[in-house]
Amino acid sequence: MTTYQPAIHFKDVRYSIDGKPILGPITGSFPAGRITTLVGPSGAGKTTVLKLCNGLLSPDSGEILVQGHPVESMEPTALRRKVGMALQDAPMVSGSVYDNLALPLRLQKKELSEADAVSWLEDVGLSSEYLHKKATELSGGQRQKVSIARTLVNRSDILLMDEITSALDRGSRREIESLVTRINEKYGTSIIWITHNLEQAISIGDYTWVLIAGELVETGESRILEDPTDERVRRFVKGELK
Amino acid sequence: MSPIALSLTLIFVLIPLFLSRTLNLGLEKDTVIATVRSIIQLFAVGYILKFVFDSDSYIYILLMIALMIFAAVHNASKKGKAIPGIIWKITVTIIAVEVLTQGILLGFGIVPATAQYIIPISGMVVGNSMVLSILFLNRFTSEMDAHRNRTELILSLGGTPKQAVHSQLTDAIKASTIPTIESQKTMGLVQLPGMMSGQIIAGADPVQAVQFQLLILFLLLTTAVVSSILLGFLSYPSLFNERMQMIRQTNE
Repeated sequence: MTTYQPAIHFKDVRYSIDGKPILGPITGSFPAGRITTLVGPSGAGKTTVLKLCNGLLSPDSGEILVQGHPVESMEPTALRRKVGMALQDAPMVSGSVYDNLALPLRLQKKELSEADAVSWLEDVGLSSEYLHKKATELSGGQRQKVSIARTLVNRSDILLMDEITSALDRGSRREIESLVTRINEKYGTSIIWITHNLEQAISIGDYTWVLIAGELVETGESRILEDPTDERVRRFVKGELK
Repeated sequence: MSPIALSLTLIFVLIPLFLSRTLNLGLEKDTVIATVRSIIQLFAVGYILKFVFDSDSYIYILLMIALMIFAAVHNASKKGKAIPGIIWKITVTIIAVEVLTQGILLGFGIVPATAQYIIPISGMVVGNSMVLSILFLNRFTSEMDAHRNRTELILSLGGTPKQAVHSQLTDAIKASTIPTIESQKTMGLVQLPGMMSGQIIAGADPVQAVQFQLLILFLLLTTAVVSSILLGFLSYPSLFNERMQMIRQTNE
């Protein structure tokens, strides 16, 4: 197996809510510059893993290193700009597409020029005519694209994507998949992508984490999903675990 | 008012009791409790006020105000249980509003520094501050619940907690103060304010009654806006921890 430089490394990470264990202990790495998919049944703790990566949550114990630095040593807003996240349902703030794209910079009291906004839009495959459209008028696929573009504005080194294609039709899903692959190749961004779709995990992921009931059951190159060795992973792949 | 006249006012209690009985509304018990409580509480307050006015001592005035604030905080804090430390936040809010308004009234000599003025005006300020706190907390907690996604979005893009709650906070402040501002627009057209009506009934010159009512209206504008804003800015930080994470997380 090829060895990769880790973008994010988990070391004995545990997380619980009100004393109820949700995750861990987990030890593993997300390789830098690669697309890692995070798969597993509902309630496995996938979203929790993403939120731990960008500091929306903190572990009860263990250590999380982002590009070699412990997350607690990083200022939360700086960490979240470095590790961007596209949320599952692509929430939009009220206003236009431009208002949404400008949001990450406005949070830093900076402005986004219209020309830059257009170039981010084109980057995700939307034409400039969308710039002044109301965010509420976008289709599901367009919202996800704007959400991804908005995350790109922070020029994050690592992008977290929480089931961004689960509500989309096949055509839009394909578009988002090729968009994410393109971002990965163009900017060398490390990508961690939660998906329910195993076919998608195999086709676009270089690497995969299989989480089941808060446990990291298997990690490795995506092809491990084609012929899993672990019994639970085998059952999950067959669709016996939901 | 003569004792007979006062007793005759109970007719206004008998009418709802009779109707409730006849139509099986089941309001009798609550009506009787409300009547008995209001008689006891108001007479008690009346005698206490008489004692405080006669004694002319600032200690009793302060005790009266402290009692009002205690009751108001107790009542309002029931609405904000989701916010840690809500009791002291409401206490600080109400005390600050009371100190600010009395400071202006007494400092500029707008009203005389006697129990007769300080206590009723404090009652109105504390009471309104309490109502505003309840309105604000209701709205703010429901805004926060409804816009969790938005809060999380701003945090995830590198925003601070203040930025993440900004629109929910301003919406809740606006929503809780709008009724006060709106009711002032129709004041005198739709309803005569209680205090003014009372003064007129008690024989005061209507124009003078109006002057005092205006004082109270303007005072309540400050009370409303300052209560909401202060409680808002005291409340939102306790929804986040020092790592700028939302407390009360939900997970997949």
